[in-house]
Amino acid sequence: MSNDIFVIAEQMDGNLAEISFEMVGKAKELAAFWGGQAVAVVLGRSVSTNVFSSDSTLYIDDPNLAQFNPEAYGKVIEALVKEKSPRVVMLGWTATGMDLAAWLSARTGKPCVAYAKDLCIENDALVVNSQVYGGKMTAEVAPDGDMAIVACVAGSFPAETGRGTTSATQIASPISLDGLKTKFVEAIKPAGGDVDITGQDKLVSVGRGIGGKENIELAEELAGKLGAVVSASRPVVDAGWLPRTRQVGKSGLKVKPKLYLMLGISGAPEHLEGMKSAELIIAINTDKKAPIFNVAHYGATADLFEVAEAMLELL
Amino acid sequence: MNIVVAIKHIPSIADDLPVKGNNIDFDSVDFVLNEFDEQAIEQAVLVKESVGGTVTVVGVDLIGELDNVLHVALAKGADKAVKVTADEPGADSHVQAKWLAEAIKGLSPDLIFAGVQASNDLDGQIGPMIAAYLDIPYIGGVSSVEAADGTAIVTKEFSGGNAAKYSVGLPMVVGVQAASKPPRYAPVSKVRQVAQTATIEKVAPASDGIGAGLTIKKMAPPVMTGHAEMIEGSSKEVAAKIVELLKSKGLA
Repeated sequence: MSNDIFVIAEQMDGNLAEISFEMVGKAKELAAFWGGQAVAVVLGRSVSTNVFSSDSTLYIDDPNLAQFNPEAYGKVIEALVKEKSPRVVMLGWTATGMDLAAWLSARTGKPCVAYAKDLCIENDALVVNSQVYGGKMTAEVAPDGDMAIVACVAGSFPAETGRGTTSATQIASPISLDGLKTKFVEAIKPAGGDVDITGQDKLVSVGRGIGGKENIELAEELAGKLGAVVSASRPVVDAGWLPRTRQVGKSGLKVKPKLYLMLGISGAPEHLEGMKSAELIIAINTDKKAPIFNVAHYGATADLFEVAEAMLELL
Repeated sequence: MNIVVAIKHIPSIADDLPVKGNNIDFDSVDFVLNEFDEQAIEQAVLVKESVGGTVTVVGVDLIGELDNVLHVALAKGADKAVKVTADEPGADSHVQAKWLAEAIKGLSPDLIFAGVQASNDLDGQIGPMIAAYLDIPYIGGVSSVEAADGTAIVTKEFSGGNAAKYSVGLPMVVGVQAASKPPRYAPVSKVRQVAQTATIEKVAPASDGIGAGLTIKKMAPPVMTGHAEMIEGSSKEVAAKIVELLKSKGLA
């Protein structure tokens, strides 16, 4: 075992995602305490990699890694961590990291903590805070053994401390990537044709509490009076009540409007990722313990239909 | 095509989650089907309807109440239901994935679906773990699946509205984010009818001691770093105060 902290960086089309820097910053803290190295690990093709403040950066440049491929990425990361035995492997709890962390845990027999919001050291051992049950609970967990895999929620640590100019060392893939069963076919870019919710000053955002497609009209009417556009949380889009172009959150779009008026959204961590930096957040929800009330500036425990209708009369 | 859906029965987060010792008090919470598993079941039935085959739904019966969940899945178009009888309400994802992988192995599936995540996946999701235990590929965050001739074409979603198509040699495990159509509704009468006639196959859990390897030191509601200023009063009063607030900030 080493005392190194590995950070599996994320990139798309050669652009490194913000969470890569966030994790490197945190890894430096942990590595400094244990006397190990914070190692950024980049998989890709033609990525500018001398951008981290890590103690070292490993860059595996391979045509099979040009686009995210869970099978190829998994194999490379598995071979690498088995060879180098880092103390902690940090990944994002993101579209890419979610395909890898639990898989890597089952392959290596090393523990995995998902939904991680913070990592700290207590009595020389790693303790991870994880946000489970839709943000309603925080679990404090200690992984057993000599290596832990931690999947971190985006936005949990500042990105600034992870930025730097460390020169990357390019290495060959530690394992053959011939005969992959998973093949990347094509990228699908965001669908156009609908309003762009990321460019709006005001959003009226509806969640599961809106109850049905027939009630979207009420939200549209309220949005119309406010000069706003209607956006939604994931369950509303999955149910087919609004198109995916309106989805705010981790698997949707990140928004930063002046007003984010939330009707019937409980505030799962995945949704908060997409809207927590809105300037004014007002949440209406019937559950007074909904996690959204820890984030909103103003809140009301009330029936959203009654409030929306009463607002319409006043506007 | 031989299609399997691996599901998770999880504590409902609609109500408060009582704590006992260092974990949820599993005896005093309601269990529900993981919401993403509804999408997984729908996607499985859609693939069956398009290319033919059978859909088998498999879950671990943690509290002896999985039958109703399985009956609903059968009413929606699944053909067979299997439960691993465990009676271990707190079984982690690793344990469940191992049991499910053992149960699924004998079914020789072409395609295995699972929900992309569950709110109690403290140690990660069962989908990627089942893939690792069966040594077959996994792709999660999937929003559409087409299968034919030993290959599946899946669409995986990334952030910011980006997505990508992959072609994967079967068998594989698919972590479903959203089915390509909204999940269908099973009328209560149909579920009741299924409940009277359906047979649920029981499987004993494989016992080989795999676990998450995590020690839970504490489980508690998050420490509040901030809280919304709550607007009190009737719905009309709340509405009036919100409108006033918006006007004062030039937002209405």
